[in-house]
Amino acid sequence: MFGYYLDLALRSLKRHRALTALMVLAIAVGIGASMTMLTVMHILSGDPVPTRSSTLFFPQVNPSPAPGERHAPFDMMDYRSATELWSAHRADRQALIASAALKLNAPGVNLPPLMAQTLSTTADFFPMFDVPFRYGDAWTAQDDAQRARVVVISDDLNNKLFGGADSVGRTLRLKGADVRIVGVLAPWRPSPLFYDVAGGRYAEGQTASFYSKPEDVFMPFNSGQDIVGHDYNVFTCWSTAQGSDLRTGPCVWVMLWVQLDSVAKVGAYRDFIAAYAQQQKALGRFVHADDTRMMSLLQWLDFNRAIPGDVRLQTWLAFAFLLICLFNTVGLLLAKFLRRSGEIGVRRALGASRGTVFAQCLVEAGVIGLLGGIGGWLLAMLGLWLVRRQPVEYADLVHLDVPMFLATFGLAIAASLLAGMLPALRASRITPALQLKTL
Amino acid sequence: MQIRPILATLRKHRIPAILIVLEIALACAVLCNAVFMISRRVASISLPNAIDEKELISVSMHGADPTRAAADIPRNLAALQGIAGVQAAGVISSLPLSTDNWGWSFGTQPDSVLEDRSSDQNTNVSLYMMAQGTERVLGLRLRQGRFFNADEYPGSLIGSGALPSTHVTVITESLAKKLWPGQSPLGKTIYSKPAYFTVVGVVADVLRPRLFGSDGLRSYHSSFFPMGPDQALANYVLRCPPAERERILREAVQKMQALNPSAVINGNTYEAIRNRYFADTSSMAWMLVLVCAVMLAVTAVGIVGLSSFWVTQRRAQIGIRRALGATRGDILRYFQLENFLLVGIGILLGMLLAYGINLFLMAHYELPRLPMLYLPAGALALWLIGQGAVLGPAQRAAAVPPVVATRAA
Repeated sequence: MFGYYLDLALRSLKRHRALTALMVLAIAVGIGASMTMLTVMHILSGDPVPTRSSTLFFPQVNPSPAPGERHAPFDMMDYRSATELWSAHRADRQALIASAALKLNAPGVNLPPLMAQTLSTTADFFPMFDVPFRYGDAWTAQDDAQRARVVVISDDLNNKLFGGADSVGRTLRLKGADVRIVGVLAPWRPSPLFYDVAGGRYAEGQTASFYSKPEDVFMPFNSGQDIVGHDYNVFTCWSTAQGSDLRTGPCVWVMLWVQLDSVAKVGAYRDFIAAYAQQQKALGRFVHADDTRMMSLLQWLDFNRAIPGDVRLQTWLAFAFLLICLFNTVGLLLAKFLRRSGEIGVRRALGASRGTVFAQCLVEAGVIGLLGGIGGWLLAMLGLWLVRRQPVEYADLVHLDVPMFLATFGLAIAASLLAGMLPALRASRITPALQLKTL
Repeated sequence: MQIRPILATLRKHRIPAILIVLEIALACAVLCNAVFMISRRVASISLPNAIDEKELISVSMHGADPTRAAADIPRNLAALQGIAGVQAAGVISSLPLSTDNWGWSFGTQPDSVLEDRSSDQNTNVSLYMMAQGTERVLGLRLRQGRFFNADEYPGSLIGSGALPSTHVTVITESLAKKLWPGQSPLGKTIYSKPAYFTVVGVVADVLRPRLFGSDGLRSYHSSFFPMGPDQALANYVLRCPPAERERILREAVQKMQALNPSAVINGNTYEAIRNRYFADTSSMAWMLVLVCAVMLAVTAVGIVGLSSFWVTQRRAQIGIRRALGATRGDILRYFQLENFLLVGIGILLGMLLAYGINLFLMAHYELPRLPMLYLPAGALALWLIGQGAVLGPAQRAAAVPPVVATRAA
């Protein structure tokens, strides 16, 4: 039966080519626009560490000694709090993070010096965040302790400096210090760059920078203290301390990430940071001891409203657009079915039930949806190509994956069936007698 | 032309009529809000900036040895000044719209301490620190007071601290208005305990390195400080005739690289810096324009489709009317008026919806209220599109010969 309906649908579509083309176009444009934006949303709102994001947490304390009305901890920590919490080793894994832009050159490579984004972190960073290696391996906890002059570099930097060759063992010069490469990462592009996310609530929706590429150079946190010195990116300071050491200064610039493998451990770690804050208050260093917080990775991304405002706005717009296209299709399908009132009257008189006519009309709507889906897929590819050409950090991430490809057709057919519902109902209600009289 | 018969007909064709009305309403609502968003983006792209943008090029130097700043800066400036065509050279810590922002919060009371940004008493301000003569290179326009005296530069340094060690500042008009509304800012002091700075001059509004909100006002909270040879002075700025910018930029980068072989040198015209800052804003605006255009086209196609269906359905009726003496013009006007009414109802609904969407966006995206002017403008656009779309089908209806009446029904 379905085959017969399909045949009827194709015949009917061929008969009114212009009208069919209009309907297919309307669905295609609506689907193309909404799938483009939905794909961007899908990619930007994905889980950056799918294997273990639920075990990653971001502890926070409030080191400000000012007795003001602060109700929330800073987005980063001061050096002392961060390193003391880290040294306690109460989590399954823990990584300190601080970033800096440093001058880099490679002796023996004929390239001018460049400013490289660097991350000072601890050895757990690589296993904790599932960072893939191409050559060599991460440094060890021992290298952390001994302030070893070793680095891990990104695939991008390895391609730029060494043409993609195995550069383990070679030397780089970072702001005057010689460091040895012990590992080269495989291409790694978490979306967003979750471990660096901070300050999103001050960004007023302009959070595209959360989707930039990972740093080019990773070095042990303690070695970083020796090499980077004052050049770390500071999140903010709570007072003006001129010329003091960043490590003892009134500034927050270090982040701590911890991995906690069970619910019990999460609770225990919460208690641990609360106790730490109380202890620091007793020492007179903290004022706001109750200002501790620990969000999971995904909570932290939500809290920072990581998805750029522009993208969310465009997604709303795309769906309003799809709705307009749907109204359009409803109207055109109605026109198409009612124009065939005579034919439907004959079929009804020859014994077709209302249900049969309804099903037949829906099959026709479904075929239009399928054709519209193909058009929508092509338009979505065009739309994503346009997004990739935009000057935003996430441009290179955007592509149509398999689930989104299937969703395109699912959405197109669902939309066209929905649009076909009302016209099909009207067509099935046509009274045969009235139509036969006019034939 | 009577409206009653039109309304009576529409009652008989309720579903297509409701569809057109809903489509128009949605299109109107989306159009008003989208055009509003476009206009806000265009406004932010064209924010005025009181420096001589067209005549400036910038050469930044990073990664130089900070202990050699005292020797390097005068040497670099002298070398840059020596390039043919360069009218003046200076050096500053950052440039408007360069995204390299050093911000600090200040209060107007002596006991103001740095507090959370949400504090009402303190104002977040961007700091520009510059060497002597740089205000002339940039073309800052002095409105009140004075620029810094020669003796205020050498001792003012920042090093690895947060604020320069001077006690004088020049601020923008917008910042002066924000800090001391209705009063003269000259001689007043901004505080961030223990630092304090006395305002000696006021300049026309200069943008911050990074804009804050697109309302414009907070984006002009800039302040200028004198600075001696300090590594914070990393952006050399050159003033030159716009026609010779490209050549001078090339020579300046070459010269700086030769003088500072170990530093990372980057050169740009100021226009390029500004364009780069707004690149994604402008591409977003174009995207919105594209969406609006396609949306209107789809709406028009929908109207054409439904109207032609209507005309076909009513061929007999039209024939009878023609046979009874209605002119072609009557038929044409009938369909035009019908469309006008439908679009009108759609626009009414659409305005309510536009307002609702705007309230939603205000709550979630820090957008201001939709100006009322956008509503009639959107209405006019949709009426025009409706009339344009119905013209073809209406003409076909008018062409129906009276003889049709005698054939069927």
